[in-house]
Amino acid sequence: MDLSFTAAEEAFREEARTWLAENVPAEPLASMDTPDGFEEHRAWEHVLFDAGWGVVSWPRRYGGREASLVEWLIFEEEYWASGAPGRVSSNGVSLLAPTIFDFGTPEQKDRFLVPMARGDEIWAQGWSEPDAGSDLAGINTKAPRDGEHFVIDGQKTWCSRGAFADWFFCLVRTDPHSERHAGLSYLLVPGDTEGLEARAIGRLDGEPGFAELFFDGARVHERYLLGGEGEGWAVAMATTGSERGLNLRAPGRFVAAADRLVGLYRELADSRGPDLDRRDQVVGAWMGAQAYRWQTYATESRLRGGAPIGSEASFMKVLWSELDVELHATALRLLGRDGERADSSWMDGYVFALSGPIYAGTNEIQRNIISERVLGLPRR
Amino acid sequence: MDFSFGDDQVMLRNAVRALLAHECPPEVVRAAWESDTGRTDGLWAALAEMGVVGMTAPTSVGGLGMDETDLVLLLEEAGRAALPEPLLEHTAVGIPTLAEAGGPVADAWLERAAAGEATLGAGPADGYAVGAAACDLVLLIGDQVGAVPVDGATLVEHRSIDGSRRLFEVGGDAVVLDADPALAFDRAAAAAAAQCAGVAQHLLEATVEYAAQRFQFGKPVGSYQAVKHHLADAALKIEFARPAAHHAAWCIAVGDSDRSRDVSLAKALASEAVDLAARTALQCHGAIGYTYEHDLHLWMKRGWALSAAWGDAAWHRNRIAAALGI
Ligand SMILES: Cc1cc2nc3c(=O)[nH]c(=O)nc-3n(C[C@H](O)[C@H](O)[C@H](O)COP(=O)(O)OP(=O)(O)OC[C@H]3O[C@@H](n4cnc5c(N)ncnc54)[C@H](O)[C@@H]3O)c2cc1C
Repeated sequence: MDLSFTAAEEAFREEARTWLAENVPAEPLASMDTPDGFEEHRAWEHVLFDAGWGVVSWPRRYGGREASLVEWLIFEEEYWASGAPGRVSSNGVSLLAPTIFDFGTPEQKDRFLVPMARGDEIWAQGWSEPDAGSDLAGINTKAPRDGEHFVIDGQKTWCSRGAFADWFFCLVRTDPHSERHAGLSYLLVPGDTEGLEARAIGRLDGEPGFAELFFDGARVHERYLLGGEGEGWAVAMATTGSERGLNLRAPGRFVAAADRLVGLYRELADSRGPDLDRRDQVVGAWMGAQAYRWQTYATESRLRGGAPIGSEASFMKVLWSELDVELHATALRLLGRDGERADSSWMDGYVFALSGPIYAGTNEIQRNIISERVLGLPRR
Repeated sequence: MDFSFGDDQVMLRNAVRALLAHECPPEVVRAAWESDTGRTDGLWAALAEMGVVGMTAPTSVGGLGMDETDLVLLLEEAGRAALPEPLLEHTAVGIPTLAEAGGPVADAWLERAAAGEATLGAGPADGYAVGAAACDLVLLIGDQVGAVPVDGATLVEHRSIDGSRRLFEVGGDAVVLDADPALAFDRAAAAAAAQCAGVAQHLLEATVEYAAQRFQFGKPVGSYQAVKHHLADAALKIEFARPAAHHAAWCIAVGDSDRSRDVSLAKALASEAVDLAARTALQCHGAIGYTYEHDLHLWMKRGWALSAAWGDAAWHRNRIAAALGI
């Protein structure tokens, strides 16, 4: 056990910090769930990628710098501490890319990874359907084969930024007579496919951040099949590990938010005096972020030792999502009558945080996974 | 950045786990509750034989020269077995503090303590020293560290809810040691955190096992989602408390500048984890867990005691606030 960072890791941190200090936009960008904000965030992805900070842990040939997982965690700490914008490429980079690395053909890797990482092609996830949310195996969008093509008919929903995205990674039923986990395939669908229409839906904040996808005889070539035909469930489950665990929401994001919360308390206490109840809630949020940070470094050590990341990712997902809600709720309580102001970034953050316990598998589902697959309680 | 324990550390942990599985079953813990001292017959000697009792002492006085990162897994094991022996007071606090202080008190006691021939106690100066009557020298930790030989000290005994913990107010002539009282306190708090994590882990495992084989309405109660989610919540608390406890041990071992803050993080998380694990364990056992015959209470009560000892969660949360400057 050695919980210090190596000289190389410290140098990496310093390099990231310096670059971010010089390059992070001074003004916050518009919401990435709006058409203009989406393009502003896309432009920021170009800046990051061209400077080598877009996908630090990826192989060099795809624009990364082959950083270790520890270095990636360090990068995330510095990234969020610097106040840099949210990552509009993250569904592709964090959720799809690990699956392409594992299941993609060499041609698929060469075709998709760099444009994804640079933000030239921004990806959205088309999994949920009106009748298949938590019960994902209940999806009903059909895509039977017709020669070299799959022909998609059906409907997807809650697709984040689907109204603006360039590509979709979808889970569809390529064997129309199959049920549940069998007969599914993982298809990569160009946004301009004929027979595909994306209609925006306002999210809780009123911005068009969700889309419904309507497929009406949309033809997708078989070269866009990721993994084997009919093996979509296994391929998709590889993605959920990334979604819940390390990749999508690294601790750095919450450590930075907790530090800002401590700053907010300090600032308000200077003018209004101390409030020990609320101070304790601030400490609770800080503790949650630190606990997640150390647990993640501990998990990384286990992974390096060869252990797989399995259902443990569910621990992380519950922790970060509930921490995020508490952290922002605490900030709003600190702000008191100003909490409800719509121009407060804490209110924006709170509204977004509230979705964390729902997306990426609801926290009830995560608790089912923890109790059944980690603790081994009987399924029925 | 490497959280993994070395092969030697894991081997030692496994050896202690095996020893305690054989020699420290619930019957032995119960017998300790009934004994004069609150301790067992022979377990301390067996641990001394393995080198565990004196492991934190320098090799020059017969110890193993090991540090907190070597000890932390054993403290978890002590918690898992509800071991009624002074691993915290003697090995985690007493020996390293005497070794740090040096001087005549260390000259007189350290070698014998390392060999397990003399037992060191420890307690907060304004609180209780557990098991002091069965010790030879007690360290009282307050604004300074005072050493009081038990022979000649005045001891006022109080009962603990945990029958193996005999609580003593210790009075008498204390020799002030040249040791940092904040460090001594942090050693104790971090060790208590590791023990809390171990107690919590046992409570969780025992309850999972029980819930899988207790049938109601024709199904194991562990198949009901309400029970599952209670247990998942307890598991979550433990999952995030353990790495913080390991980190706290490392902070002490290397003298990290954020040591006190991060020891408080560990103890607050571990206290909260064991509190929830105890509540959950009892609730998911139902009435059988509310009996004196069932073994569950041995761990629940140890958990309650350790959760409050050396600063409860609220105390440590306040200390974190101070460290954050709020
Ligand atoms: C902000 C946001 C972004 C999203 N982005 C995307 C995206 O980009 N692409 C995409 O495909 N999807 C996306 N989703 C959808 C998300 O994956 C689903 O919302 C989620 O899987 C839950 O499904 P549902 O909303 O249909 O809820 P339901 O499954 O209908 O659940 C309703 C309630 O019942 C509970 N419940 C359901 N089953 C069980 C059970 N077995 N045990 C206990 N409780 C249960 C749930 O926990 C929940 O509380 C997004 C959602 C949100 C909120």
